[in-house]
Amino acid sequence: MSDYNVLVGGAAGQGVETLAALIEKAFHRHGLWVFGVRDYMSRIRGGHNFAQVRVADRPLHGPRRRLDAIVALNEETVRLHRDRLAENGKILSDAGLAVTDPALLSLPLERTARELGDPRVAGSLALGVVGASFGLDRAIVEGILAERFAGETLAVNVKALHGAWEWVTRHFPLPLGPRPERDRILVTGTEALGLGVLAAGCTFSAWYPMTPATPLMTFLSDRQGEAGIVVEQAEDEIAAINMALGAAYAGARALCATSGGGFSLMVEGLSLAGMTETPLVIALMQRPGPATGFPTRTEQGDLAFALTAGHGEFPRLVTALRTPADAFRQAARAFNLAEKYQLPAILLGDQFLADYVQSLPPLDFGSLSIDRQLLDPVAVGPDGEYLRYGLTGSGVSPRLLPGKVPGQVVMLCSDEHTPRGNITEAADVRTAMVNKRMGKQAMLSREVEEPEFLGEDGPVLFVAWGSTYGPLREAVEALNGEGHRVGALVFGDLWPLPTGRLQEKAPGKLLVNVEQNHSGQLARLLRQETRIACDRSLLKYDGRPFTADDIIVWSREEVL
Amino acid sequence: MTSPRRFDVQEERAWCPGCGNYVLLACLKEALHRLDKQPHEVLICSGIGQAAKLPHYIKVNCFNGLHGRSLPAACAAKIVNPALAVIVSTGDGDSYGEGGNHFLHAIRRNVDIAHFVHNNGVYGLTKGQASPTMDLGRSTPGQAGGVRSDPLNPLALAISQDAGFVARGFTGEREHLIELMKAAIDYRGYALVDILQPCPVYNKVNTLQWYKERVRPLGGEHDPADRLAAFAQSLEGDDGGIPIGVIYRKDKPTFADRLSHLAAGAALVDKALDPRAARVFMDPFF
Repeated sequence: MSDYNVLVGGAAGQGVETLAALIEKAFHRHGLWVFGVRDYMSRIRGGHNFAQVRVADRPLHGPRRRLDAIVALNEETVRLHRDRLAENGKILSDAGLAVTDPALLSLPLERTARELGDPRVAGSLALGVVGASFGLDRAIVEGILAERFAGETLAVNVKALHGAWEWVTRHFPLPLGPRPERDRILVTGTEALGLGVLAAGCTFSAWYPMTPATPLMTFLSDRQGEAGIVVEQAEDEIAAINMALGAAYAGARALCATSGGGFSLMVEGLSLAGMTETPLVIALMQRPGPATGFPTRTEQGDLAFALTAGHGEFPRLVTALRTPADAFRQAARAFNLAEKYQLPAILLGDQFLADYVQSLPPLDFGSLSIDRQLLDPVAVGPDGEYLRYGLTGSGVSPRLLPGKVPGQVVMLCSDEHTPRGNITEAADVRTAMVNKRMGKQAMLSREVEEPEFLGEDGPVLFVAWGSTYGPLREAVEALNGEGHRVGALVFGDLWPLPTGRLQEKAPGKLLVNVEQNHSGQLARLLRQETRIACDRSLLKYDGRPFTADDIIVWSREEVL
Repeated sequence: MTSPRRFDVQEERAWCPGCGNYVLLACLKEALHRLDKQPHEVLICSGIGQAAKLPHYIKVNCFNGLHGRSLPAACAAKIVNPALAVIVSTGDGDSYGEGGNHFLHAIRRNVDIAHFVHNNGVYGLTKGQASPTMDLGRSTPGQAGGVRSDPLNPLALAISQDAGFVARGFTGEREHLIELMKAAIDYRGYALVDILQPCPVYNKVNTLQWYKERVRPLGGEHDPADRLAAFAQSLEGDDGGIPIGVIYRKDKPTFADRLSHLAAGAALVDKALDPRAARVFMDPFF
């Protein structure tokens, strides 16, 4: 089985991201499966950034530790990552760098770029070196350059690619057969989530820039004209959530995206959504906190916060995004559930999921539906009085959009309110309204999805949530391959918490929670809701994502 | 119905006797009547405070949200459904204190809404603390040694940022206020009307009589298109009389005018939603 891992490293501003994206696309277009991660610092120039591009002849779900090739744009890259290079691995770098290493393939990248009259083509030279080393089809790689560049820029980049190709002989065997049809996509978690948001018919979103949520809003903003939607950068996160609520009230499907700090500012608005029964979807893309934390890195530290954020009691949906494909589907589902039960839905992502890139089968837009559960204006008519917060047998007040029926008005009220939506202080009305709102939580709990089970039933059961799905899946598959009978439950829906599959699987097993936080927030939630306690914890909070290797090594030493 | 009575609702009004809000409410109903609006065509957004209770006492659509946050909600509602006449009717603490940042950015965004600020210098709901427009040195229940910060001048601020419609009204001049409200609602873009009103319980200085002795309706000698003259008027205090009327007016492209795809297509609220229509956005990722 072929499974290679290539690291591209350099300083911010040296083109690490561009080169990695080109290499990923080159492998992807050969019908191979790609998984790429980014490790970047919170700066525009300097520092050390790297990307890891993993490629194999089977689907990939996470990063691995071992490197087969290092494409070093500076000396520091070699120094920092050399210890992970496999025995027969290669270091590809410019001849001008002060690197001496038996694994080095020293190449005149910068000199050649200067000779070609454009120092920016060094990236295409490196791409040529990688492509040739892996025996890729040069025409396919040229095609990728043609998607990015045009005119003279394209010509000089193609020339660089050809030049590089000639210096290099093939170093890595890959099963490169006939090219398959373009039957796979290569997307980041952000892009898949964005496609889900567009498919869900989100017509209004408001945001304030904050890593790692910014790429989602950039994705939507870039497409707002073509999609016919509005993506508005607000003056702050407080404005963003209140805009989204105003838009939802008026009839849009509305979204906010932010990270922990911005979500903290949105919390009063979240409570407003709960009280006023206004549908809203919030993409909460976590990064390590508290406060500013690690702006460009990953953590699962905001689960407990998402579960309880907001003053007062109100129902909510909290769903963690496990993979890009899951993010696509969950986005559409969240918009439907938010409207069906008239409540806020929080999608929990993180920097790892937002930024990693993965080959996967095309997303199935035909499988999605839009279910708004709005009152038909014609059926309402001008007679009688429409009651926005009416107490009906269904448990959910009928929702009419404002301005659609002559004679009828739609009241939204932040104070406790009467069925019409006027301020009240009556004890019996208060009790009835609380019962109605919290009753929706009970209704929602009947349609949450059980966690996905991976691996085999055996003495050890891992529990996890969100983006750890990928690394944990690879670890479980590897351990199963070694004959260890281990399994995993990976939660998507977290609130209301589905408890059936856990109750069924947990008895008699050593339960291990695998989370990217310090306090084991999932374990705490499971214990609170089911009295099932985890026996061991594998916790990571250094801002870097889990690799399958981390889980495998720990498991061998601690629980197997 | 062809009288302002079509905007009446049976709700007990939780305002003190003599509150300027009663006059403001009556004027608003009359302005909507004269504009030939129907209840379902109007949305009033408010925050929290005595003024913010207003949409409960008039039959129109209502977004009574959080303290200070009515402007973002109102702007978004108008963007989504441009057929609604959207009005923010809320207090000075709401608009200039808690929501001050939104005030600045509502001017920049220039969504077609009218913003009526009930300005009485105090926080009535929380029993009399100073609002951002209260004079320096005045003692209040929250500022025992007197207000230590200079008062905000909302009109000068709005004109400095080139807001397209900047006006001041007074609840003691009803007909004048009705016409100001009409003009602000009719104006295409963000329209600010700062409305002076007495608080008979907590503001014992700026009484109805105090204002009556000082307000000075702007006449034909003032050109609202002249920004520097408007700025000068906005700086006038009680010494030279307090000018009321349209102080500055300028036609500008609105938020919707600046988004060509909004101008061209159906309103966002009426957009047909179909997941399959979004499939085209996946094409570049193959």
